[in-house]
Amino acid sequence: MIEMKEVYKKYPNGVTAANGIDVEIQQGEFVYVVGPSGAGKSTFIKMMYREEKPTKGSIMINGINLATLRPSKVPLLRRNIGVVFQDFKLLPTLNVYENVAFALEVIEEQPKYIKKRVMETLDLVGLKHKARMLPTELSGGEQQRISIARSIVNAPKLVIADEPTGNLDPETSWEIMNIFEEINTRGTTIIMATHNRDIVNTIKHRVIAIESGKIVRDELRGDYGYES
Amino acid sequence: MKARTIRRHMKESVKNLGRNGWMTFASVSAVTVTLILVGVFLVIMMNLNKVADSIEEDVEIRVHIDIAATKEDQAVLEEQIKSLSKVESVTFSAKEEELDNLISSLGEEGEVFNLFEQDNPLNDVFIVKAKNPTDTMNVAKQIDKFEYTTKVKYGQGSVEKLFSFLSVSRNVGLVLIVGLLFTAMFLISNTIKITIIARRREIEIMRLVGATNSFIRWPFFLEGLMLGILGSIIPIAMISVLYTKAHEYIAPRLEGNFIQILDVNPFIFQVAGILVIMGAFIGIWGSLMSVRKFLKI
Repeated sequence: MIEMKEVYKKYPNGVTAANGIDVEIQQGEFVYVVGPSGAGKSTFIKMMYREEKPTKGSIMINGINLATLRPSKVPLLRRNIGVVFQDFKLLPTLNVYENVAFALEVIEEQPKYIKKRVMETLDLVGLKHKARMLPTELSGGEQQRISIARSIVNAPKLVIADEPTGNLDPETSWEIMNIFEEINTRGTTIIMATHNRDIVNTIKHRVIAIESGKIVRDELRGDYGYES
Repeated sequence: MKARTIRRHMKESVKNLGRNGWMTFASVSAVTVTLILVGVFLVIMMNLNKVADSIEEDVEIRVHIDIAATKEDQAVLEEQIKSLSKVESVTFSAKEEELDNLISSLGEEGEVFNLFEQDNPLNDVFIVKAKNPTDTMNVAKQIDKFEYTTKVKYGQGSVEKLFSFLSVSRNVGLVLIVGLLFTAMFLISNTIKITIIARRREIEIMRLVGATNSFIRWPFFLEGLMLGILGSIIPIAMISVLYTKAHEYIAPRLEGNFIQILDVNPFIFQVAGILVIMGAFIGIWGSLMSVRKFLKI
């Protein structure tokens, strides 16, 4: 599904965040991306949804080369990729339902379809009963669930999460992980950058460790491997 | 685009104008102030143009024909003048006619000149009009070289001054208007930029979930349009009222004079049209300029 070949990324300020990355990820995999801060995890992830463009090399996602993808085609790519962040990125003036529906409204889906999909998705993340509440009235874990619901409401084949549990307490983090597990069992590929050692060591999945812009370790059912 | 999408964009932009009330007010005020100034300049300039045109229309060259010239010589001279590329028309005016004009233009005091009817001291004259009034001087110079002309008159000195005054004032007005428009655009793009910063997250999410750039831009386009049109209401109302009043006052005083100011109708409608279009243009441009930065991929 994803294939990176000889990927380099050098920022204009001289920082090299990707220094020859080669990796292949299959459809339906669950991959943790670990490594120290500033090692290039975020860049690795950002290049997958074309927020950053590689300086050199190719990134193929479902047969599309992101390195040569025309800017006008980027929105279409993004419709097939869900992205979840540490800070949720919710719109505070919209309620739970509207926040999730927003993702489908701005790509001009049919209102009927939007309603159906949003309710289904809120059900999946366990927020159906709080659909009319504002994000600020909810806990951090619940806010992250809204954000996950928004990322999967368009049924993407790939979900990318950048430290989704970074702002949450341990207990809530497990709840969030359960949702990702659930999404993964339905066949969605998940790529998650994380610093959470317990999670990586308990829920075993493939682990890709990045240091100084290079993949230094790539293990199926691996460990976190760093002191946290 | 789907009707549903258009409705959504309209709703969004109206909502945003309301939500950012003070910024909307600031942007609309910027457009209002600019358009008042532009409007006043426009009214002055267009009237000045009208006056200038009527003065220019009035500029003619009077070619005095040598008394010694025969009918044939006159005909040759007329042909020569007509053959000049910049000449529009040549009219012959016999010296009797000239005397009549002189007498009638002087009124009662002109009666004295009736004495000359037997022994007319005036010359026959060709009245020449240049195609473009500003060519008058050149045409006059060329005619002066021809045979059988004694004097070539076109109001030497004052015509040149008048033309240079008119062209300077037109250019100055134009520069001022363009300058004002740019100032307004920057003011608006800055005020809108502040409102966009508040909506940065919204734009970020839209881009993340795959909204196209044009979809993201639409509400901003509409907001700019609305700001511009809202901003043009007061200037149009003000200028319409003031010009109508000014016209009521000035027009009767110019009665019978060859200088005229523009009639209220259709002039104020033209000005209103220009101001609405300018307002819309400033608003849209300012708004799209400021959103551009946030749409880089």
